Amino acid sequence: MTTKKAAVSALGREMTGAEMVIEALADQGVEHIFGYPGGAVLPIYDALFQQSNRLQHILVRHEQGAVHAAEGYARSTGKVGCVLVTSGPGATNAVTGLTDALCDSIPIVCITGQVPTHLIGNDAFQECDTVGITRPCTKYNYLVKNIADLPGVLHEAFHVAKSGRPGPVVVDIPKDIQFAKGLYAKPKEIAHKGYQPKLKGDLERIKAAIEMMRHAKRPLFYTGGGIINSGPKASELLRELVKLTGFPITSTLMGLGAFPASDQRWLGMLGMHGTWEANWAMHDCDLMICIGARFDDRITGRLDAFAPHSRKIHVDIDPSSINKNVKVDLPIVGDCTHVLEDMVRLWRAGSGATEKKALADWWQQIEKWRARKSLAYRNTPDLIKPQYAIQRLYELTKRRDVYITTEVGQHQMWAAQFFHFEEPHRWMTSGGLGTMGYGLPAAVGVQLAHPDALVIDIAGEASVQMTMQEMSTAVQYRLPIKIFILNNQYMGMVRQWQELLHGGRYAESYSHSLPDFVKLAEAYHAVGIRCDKPGELDAAIREMIGVKKPVIFDCVVDPDENCFPMIPSGRAHNEMILGDAAESIDEAVTEAGKVMV
Amino acid sequence: MANGSTSHYPAAPAAQGIESHTLCVLVDNEPGVLARVIGLFSGRGYNIDSLTVSETEHEKHLSRITIVTRGTPMVIEQIKNQLERLVPIHRVIDMTVSGPAIQRELAMVKVRGKGDDRVEALRLADAFRARVIDAGPESFVFEITGASDKIESFVALMLPIGLVEVSRTGVVAIQRGPEGM
Ligand SMILES: Cc1cc2nc3c(=O)[nH]c(=O)nc-3n(C[C@H](O)[C@H](O)[C@H](O)COP(=O)(O)OP(=O)(O)OC[C@H]3O[C@@H](n4cnc5c(N)ncnc54)[C@H](O)[C@@H]3O)c2cc1C
Ligand SMILES: Cc1ncc(C[n+]2csc(CCOP(=O)(O)OP(=O)(O)O)c2C)c(N)n1
Ligand SMILES: [Mg+2]
Repeated sequence: MTTKKAAVSALGREMTGAEMVIEALADQGVEHIFGYPGGAVLPIYDALFQQSNRLQHILVRHEQGAVHAAEGYARSTGKVGCVLVTSGPGATNAVTGLTDALCDSIPIVCITGQVPTHLIGNDAFQECDTVGITRPCTKYNYLVKNIADLPGVLHEAFHVAKSGRPGPVVVDIPKDIQFAKGLYAKPKEIAHKGYQPKLKGDLERIKAAIEMMRHAKRPLFYTGGGIINSGPKASELLRELVKLTGFPITSTLMGLGAFPASDQRWLGMLGMHGTWEANWAMHDCDLMICIGARFDDRITGRLDAFAPHSRKIHVDIDPSSINKNVKVDLPIVGDCTHVLEDMVRLWRAGSGATEKKALADWWQQIEKWRARKSLAYRNTPDLIKPQYAIQRLYELTKRRDVYITTEVGQHQMWAAQFFHFEEPHRWMTSGGLGTMGYGLPAAVGVQLAHPDALVIDIAGEASVQMTMQEMSTAVQYRLPIKIFILNNQYMGMVRQWQELLHGGRYAESYSHSLPDFVKLAEAYHAVGIRCDKPGELDAAIREMIGVKKPVIFDCVVDPDENCFPMIPSGRAHNEMILGDAAESIDEAVTEAGKVMV
Repeated sequence: MANGSTSHYPAAPAAQGIESHTLCVLVDNEPGVLARVIGLFSGRGYNIDSLTVSETEHEKHLSRITIVTRGTPMVIEQIKNQLERLVPIHRVIDMTVSGPAIQRELAMVKVRGKGDDRVEALRLADAFRARVIDAGPESFVFEITGASDKIESFVALMLPIGLVEVSRTGVVAIQRGPEGM
């Protein structure tokens, strides 16, 4: 979109559009940009070449990798991730990453080159309708047809990407606009006429929420990615509120780390592969306090059986997240930090929970659920169990400055269950879109932002092959990422569903003709390690940690292991199945449940 | 699917009443804004029964879109929230619930006929306060404004006389009283 909001001060400096891109990025505090060159962005690459090291460009090996790297960078720092790609195939290759960022609310600014304005619509070489293609997979996008608009659009793009519910923004810049000269002005306070996200929650409603909390007998905090989006302050306030109230707390996949996993009040993750205690507490609670989570279908299961006896409070910055899947009793539109601040203050001002006895009974019930040890699994002496591998990885790295990314599948769920997080921004995973191939490039982005940290991609042997070429990026920029592959020789998550739902007919889910991952690592001038014996695992993990180069760790695990607990198709929270109950799964899954999986 | 309640995905909501609502949407008049609105409706499977759009405040570059849509109360609420979060959208007003409002559309109706049919067509047009804006030896074009059901009645009456075609603007709406949107 061209826009008239782009008022440029007459005092601005004259420069080309391409130079403006560099200026604007620098003024927005961008230090790293992930990209890939091509004809329609050559003027910007030329300007990059001539600038004096204000920006470092990271050359990826595929544009999808550029966006995932920017996502990892953004999620681990709280900053906006930046991408630069060419027109046509450059832009279409970025679409998966943009959609991923939209689903998981990650702030991204992606600059795409476009054919010159006079050729737009002419089927010119490497032309595609970038704004048309990316309209449904971005928070907003712009096509800049006038050089005078460019500085304002660039600054506004950052504002839109990071404010409110964050998301990806595309700025499509035709090549003639990159060459054109105009006046550049520094960013000013941006007050968009229409777009003004509400930060402060309605005080009367927050008071009502506190009232409900004081009278609850079986309360539960259900928190999500919104706490992470809101910044570290939100996590601090959440910890305070949980401490003050003494209520139990669970979180979605996207919210892990906002509350310390070592705390007694933490029930673990909820949802399809959540813990017994978290899901039962959701089912039986009488007050659900949802903060920055969106009642995703992996959480609610069967809607008509979802937390049937509860009243619900929902805090969210995006009104469209409220009452979308589940009707709540008290919606509060606002930013987590702001609302939590008010909640903590108001709770303090009052006289604490009035239902102490009820709360104690509730905790007793929860401890009974917890005693089932729903994550338990049976170790074997000769085969590495994937859960064991994650447990050892956690134990051997927990005292370090560690960041975890994942691919998508069983390994992702085991990572969520067995790797415990004490801090926000340490856990990068593709939740909403579930994009295989996310983890490796995301690790590249995280490592760039945190050069001295230990960055590990917990991967599956199938997923990691989708973006494996970014190993070359990691080697080029000396980013010592660790790719820890739980190699079960299957698209395990698919195999698990086929076992449970499709009579064990494993159609196309076997990982055929796998490369030798050790040799593959060596081919990339990285280090390869293989381990297939439980007894040798610790030493191998230690070796991996010690290597100051990128490592591919081929951890050969039990190919038949399934991920439990699991809420099977067609069932409600309280009908979850555990590992020990594996024999009864077949009858737990109904015919009709197969259809929508 | 037939038995949605047994899927892990949420079941289709139990048959709630479907309501028709008229929404007025104030937007920045910039390229692509209509595509965003229409893309939202098609992408999320909402219905559009009628859609009108035109610039209404030239200096401020504002356009007004009027949409008639159908859905359960929960879907209608989603539609409003989803519209409101689009960056170039300023305001969304639900004319069906925001107090008394007037809704009108304009139609041009072409009728062909001779003799008694012509007399009958003119008599009915008069009763509906439709104006003749084109006349020939064998045809009329009528212009009629009013609420949608009035236009539908008029068109239904013209059908046996010799209705040729109808062109309608779609609904526009405004609230009664001194307040603006
Ligand atoms: C194989 C697989 C299995 C999965 N299994 C599970 C599972 O068992 N359990 C599970 O939990 N997930 C699971 N997921 C992930 C799931 O699909 C969803 O991505 C996830 O549950 C959504 O998390 P969330 O509700 O925290 O929402 P997010 O997607 O993180 O959305 C955040 C919400 O917070 C709001 N928000 C954003 N910023 C702010 C702010 N500053 N202030 C207030 N609100 C804000 C947003 O508007 C949004 O509503 C799985 C994914 C995959 C791929
Ligand atoms: C791009 C993409 N294609 C397909 C899928 C569907 N899918 C989900 S998990 C999975 C298997 C992943 O296998 P692997 O990476 O080996 O992980 P595992 O489940 O074995 O741990 C597939 C194919 C997906 N999520 N993303
Ligand atoms: Mg696998």
